[in-house]
Amino acid sequence: MRIARVFQDKIAEFHSDTDLTLLEPVLEKYQNVKGNLIPILQHTQDIFGYIPREAFIKISETTGLKLSDLYGVATFYAQFRLQPVGKHIIKVCHGTACHVQNSNKITDSLEDALNVKDGETSGDGLFTLESVACLGCCSLAPVMMIGVETFGKLTGNEAVRIIKEIKIKESI
Amino acid sequence: MANKKVIVGLGSCGVAAGAAKIFDKLESLKNADKLSFELKKTSCIGMCFREPLVEVIDETGNFLYGNVDESKVIDIVERHIKNNEPVKEFVVHSNMFACADDYFFQTQVKIALRNCGLIDPESIEEYESREGYNAIKKILNEKWSNEDVIKTMIDSGLRGRGGGGFPTGMKWKFAFNNKADQKYIICNADEGDPGAFMDRSLLEGDPHAVLEGMIIGAYAIQATSGIIYCRAEYPLAIKRLNIALELARKKGYLGKSIFGVDGFDFDIYIKEGAGAFVCGEETALIASVEGKRGMPRIRPPFPAASGLWKKPTNINNVETFANVPWIILNGAAAYTKYGTGKSKGTKVFALAGKIRNSGLVEVPMGITIRDVIIKLGGGIPNDKKFKAVQLGGPSGGCIPEYLADTIVDYDSVTATGAIMGSGGMVVMDETTCMVDIARFFLNFTQAESCGKCTFCRIGTKRMLEILTRITEGKGQEGDIEKLEELAYQIKDNSLCGLGQTAPNPVLTTLKYFRNEYEAHIRDKKCPAKACKQLLTYTIDPEKCTGCTVCARKCPAGAIDGEKKLPHLIRQEACIKCGDCYSRCKFEAIGVF
Repeated sequence: MRIARVFQDKIAEFHSDTDLTLLEPVLEKYQNVKGNLIPILQHTQDIFGYIPREAFIKISETTGLKLSDLYGVATFYAQFRLQPVGKHIIKVCHGTACHVQNSNKITDSLEDALNVKDGETSGDGLFTLESVACLGCCSLAPVMMIGVETFGKLTGNEAVRIIKEIKIKESI
Repeated sequence: MANKKVIVGLGSCGVAAGAAKIFDKLESLKNADKLSFELKKTSCIGMCFREPLVEVIDETGNFLYGNVDESKVIDIVERHIKNNEPVKEFVVHSNMFACADDYFFQTQVKIALRNCGLIDPESIEEYESREGYNAIKKILNEKWSNEDVIKTMIDSGLRGRGGGGFPTGMKWKFAFNNKADQKYIICNADEGDPGAFMDRSLLEGDPHAVLEGMIIGAYAIQATSGIIYCRAEYPLAIKRLNIALELARKKGYLGKSIFGVDGFDFDIYIKEGAGAFVCGEETALIASVEGKRGMPRIRPPFPAASGLWKKPTNINNVETFANVPWIILNGAAAYTKYGTGKSKGTKVFALAGKIRNSGLVEVPMGITIRDVIIKLGGGIPNDKKFKAVQLGGPSGGCIPEYLADTIVDYDSVTATGAIMGSGGMVVMDETTCMVDIARFFLNFTQAESCGKCTFCRIGTKRMLEILTRITEGKGQEGDIEKLEELAYQIKDNSLCGLGQTAPNPVLTTLKYFRNEYEAHIRDKKCPAKACKQLLTYTIDPEKCTGCTVCARKCPAGAIDGEKKLPHLIRQEACIKCGDCYSRCKFEAIGVF
């Protein structure tokens, strides 16, 4: 069962060392803007890679938005993460076109190579493996996206090779 | 050798196929040899199956090179650019001589995609050089009334290209008739259907066409503000939209008193979606723009009366907006020349799956599905048999091969049980299991159900459980009937399109491929040999050389045998992972 979202409803533990001053320009920019909740959460995630517990509190205190509303929105949309993630997020496409071109094989190979399950982060903190619904590159199926780069016409081995290359670059 | 233009296709698909490296290579060759050709970028021309694409335009004509790699680049530069001799063997399309891929262009009529792959999407001048922004200027110069614009749209017969198929002109009329101090026009670019990518291509390839369509819509309904709700998964589309917005503002095409017309104030903002399929539904989309959970609400009131921030709001899809400037410039009659009785004009289809030429095609309504797949798509690769085509994404259905002569228009497609949807066509061959496909879509809709309606939330989950057990060989008598009952209950008792259409993939596969369901349930066999747990692996003693590879690698230790003697799979221990099958070099392992 692939594109079933990995639902995250557990907020991360409290970290006192999170630099909340990074949030201030965002909160200032969206102060008194109607419908600002989703963009604020998106920017928060851009800064920290996920939405930390203390950021929720800070946003709620500054904007007056209810914590329950923040939590409701953050858990509704697939984009938001409540737990820290790896440096590189591997998004393996499981859209229709990729599915019929055997994208399950790509995820299986990456799970083996990284020793993680779908949705988890590798032990070295480098990679988080995710399944996504459709990246819109159906003609190159099966595809995966790492950062903003898209890789097409993959095989299991090819996907693993790409990961290994990134690993080598990171170790230099 | 002067005056040559070299254009590289840098859409998402081109880049993923390596076009960025090709561009860099051309640039370095140009600089190294101080060549004077003009190096430019464009977006997707639709021939995704030939990416990366490089077009060379010289004094004699256009030459489109396909599947370009670094060594071909060197050939092209040496022979064509330096010595004026087109490298004919790499050319896939040209106005100078016949090529193998010509049929791909001949059947197409490009209206929505008129500029894609031809202009640099990051240049407003290139859009304007191809009649860009002439439609809105025509309206303003000739002092068209709001009703004139709306009437042209109604006469053109353009229907919503996002899937609903509601007449665009009527939608605009409702929004115009509701008076308010503020009105909104929204472009739905939350292309969620897996298997559809025309909106992405349009936004990446011709963002100004969408902006111009929105400006015309704003003029027609008297909107004061525009919003493009775009998926966050399309970073390149968002980047190019931002560039386009910036350039349009600089030119005075967006902002206060645009095009020099006093009181015509209109600007457009991008709202990044946060990933929820249900937000393609218009009331859910509005909730999401307002910063709430994207859950649909009961209509009426329709958004045309009370939409974003309770103001009249008009929502159209990307492809719909891209058609608008062309219709205004060429007239409604020119548009209705194409199409059938109730479905006018053209439709863009995204071809993907088990098809030779995957890519984007724009064809007149009324063409048969078979023509799209066989003529334009080049048929099925690897000598496999064409089995079915999935139309309309998770809300659509599978049309079997024997109905492939169905024509493409809203009503004919709906009659088969599928829907036109946004135009994703995923082609399936004999190795695709239809039960697995139904399960795949249910898995998707089940996860994307917002949870508001009980039947959709719980019903899809039950359907998924039944489908999963069927594909695992645990299907029971009566499962098919249960699926059908649930399907009709969910359709009847859900508020929005997601729930009302979620059972379609199951119902159409049951209608056309019932025997596959029965084979799974009664015989515990998957006719397409796709459902792993229903397969039996055996070793042919005639072919087995006793190389021991399979026995050593079997993760379950289920293979016995002496070296150089035929091996045997112990069925009770086999976990059906298929590892032995893919490792055997002697084709000694059979799957039944």
